[in-house]
Amino acid sequence: MSEVTTLSLTDLVQNIKEKKLSSLEVTKGFIDRSEKSKILNTYITEDFSSALEKAKSFDNKPNFDLKLPGIPIAVKDLFCTNGVKTTAGSKILNNFIPTYESTVTKNIWNEGAILLGKLNCDEFAMGSSNETSFFGNVQNPIDKNLVPGGSSGGSAAAIAGNLTPITIGTDTGGSIRQPASFTGTVGLKPTYGSCSRYGIVAFASSLDQAGPISKNVKDCALLQEIISTYDAKDSTSIEFKRKSYSKELTNNIKGKKIGIPKEYRVDGMPKEIEELWTKGIEYVKNCGAQIVDISLPHTNYALPAYYIVAPAEASSNLARYDGVKYGFRSKGENLIDMYEKTRSEGFGSEVQRRIMIGTYVLSSGYYDAYYLKAQKVRKLIKNDFDYAYKKVDAILTPSTPSSAFKIGEKTNDPVSMYLNDIFTVPVNLAGLPAISIPAGLDAKGYPLGLQIIGKAFDEQNILNIAYAMEEKIAFKNKITDWWIK
Amino acid sequence: MTIDLKTIKHISKLSRISVDDEKAKKLAGDLNSIFEFIKKLNELKTDNVEPLTSVAETTLKLRPDEVKSKNIREQILKNSPEENEDFFVVPRVIE
Repeated sequence: MSEVTTLSLTDLVQNIKEKKLSSLEVTKGFIDRSEKSKILNTYITEDFSSALEKAKSFDNKPNFDLKLPGIPIAVKDLFCTNGVKTTAGSKILNNFIPTYESTVTKNIWNEGAILLGKLNCDEFAMGSSNETSFFGNVQNPIDKNLVPGGSSGGSAAAIAGNLTPITIGTDTGGSIRQPASFTGTVGLKPTYGSCSRYGIVAFASSLDQAGPISKNVKDCALLQEIISTYDAKDSTSIEFKRKSYSKELTNNIKGKKIGIPKEYRVDGMPKEIEELWTKGIEYVKNCGAQIVDISLPHTNYALPAYYIVAPAEASSNLARYDGVKYGFRSKGENLIDMYEKTRSEGFGSEVQRRIMIGTYVLSSGYYDAYYLKAQKVRKLIKNDFDYAYKKVDAILTPSTPSSAFKIGEKTNDPVSMYLNDIFTVPVNLAGLPAISIPAGLDAKGYPLGLQIIGKAFDEQNILNIAYAMEEKIAFKNKITDWWIK
Repeated sequence: MTIDLKTIKHISKLSRISVDDEKAKKLAGDLNSIFEFIKKLNELKTDNVEPLTSVAETTLKLRPDEVKSKNIREQILKNSPEENEDFFVVPRVIE
């Protein structure tokens, strides 16, 4: 039974449609493996018994016209799921049971998918290692001492460990692409406005986007075409012609112009990543694409700007957690005391730190110096990309400046933790789509990713480039199932 | 510029997060190293740059002002830590 868990989403769908596998067999397979993998701590909430019921009822009355017929899927615990606890990795939401469904999860259930459970993540998606979760850190299936990355660490570990055939995460500054890179999986951050934010626990509203994490590019394309819909319930959802990404997927990228930004060659970047990037350039050349040297001059300013914009928006979004309407409440002598104790006991230290940064940069006398300045720098970063895209169709960079690091290695130094997102953050600030694909292993056998950044709404193009590269790279993850006794 | 303990206490009050002295010291250290990092932005001249407020270049849509979710009082109250007679209950605010 366990071999069903090694199949790609595309293969599972085909097997179910051809009646070679039932939804129940597939669902049982993933539940069985998930039960044996508790030590990884990927799940915050399991919904296994109800998943089995749903699988049975799918098999009794199957609809093979659906795109995800009876496919069990676990999702990041940042998506509100009707009737199933949604915590955002926080103590403050530990008892929160939504009475409504997020649009992106609704989209996948409408295509026949079945909820397996909710996956671990950094608290309110604030972190790059999954270590800020109230529910404990996640072990990377690659090696038990390694973080899986973050904030969608549970999601990426669940894909690498074969605990779910596909999953959805969210990406505010790299939270899909960085963990994908650390676990040898594929992660897509769509164009801002492509996937509805309705029902996703908000972190930084002008940056947040949901997207797939998968075993391969084709699976990623399939899920993206399902979750990307216009939604009137999200005022920043954008109407544009969405494609059938998986149907139109092609490895023909002849003549495409791929930009290589010199600013991504940062000081102290390991030689292995330099070499991986060079190899990536060779691969796209071999596919008939053309390499163009470009400059994104404000790259180095993206991270400092991000650490103003994101905490500012977070401090505003997280004001709603006051112990009154939902979530955790602490006892207080009066109303203000209750608020202050609730938030002090309910939020973890990274979240408190970011609320404080955000409150400070928005406070009277500092707004212009910090927030307004950061928004202007954000404009310069977007202009860099706009200018580059006059000459190229996509941009190729490393996904992260290092491979996965050890659990506990960076928890005491927030700035060194933030530097993980140096290659991913500019994309969020500019609202662009970008995909990370596994491209090789370092000397320790840890995966390394390459990132392809596209023009806004040009998901098809970066998926095609990723698809062509994937074929050439023929990446093999080194996972020994060490955690299964 | 350094952020001192007095400033930390002020921000914690604005943030409605209670902070004791030990936590305030730790936060001051963290925030100072983060703002040291953020200081890099001052290298850039931005006087004539328009701030980017949203990457979604669409105008917000108008919609009819009508009730869409009806009779959901029970749902709204379902997750509240304390409720009474269809109201959220908070500590007494009027003496």
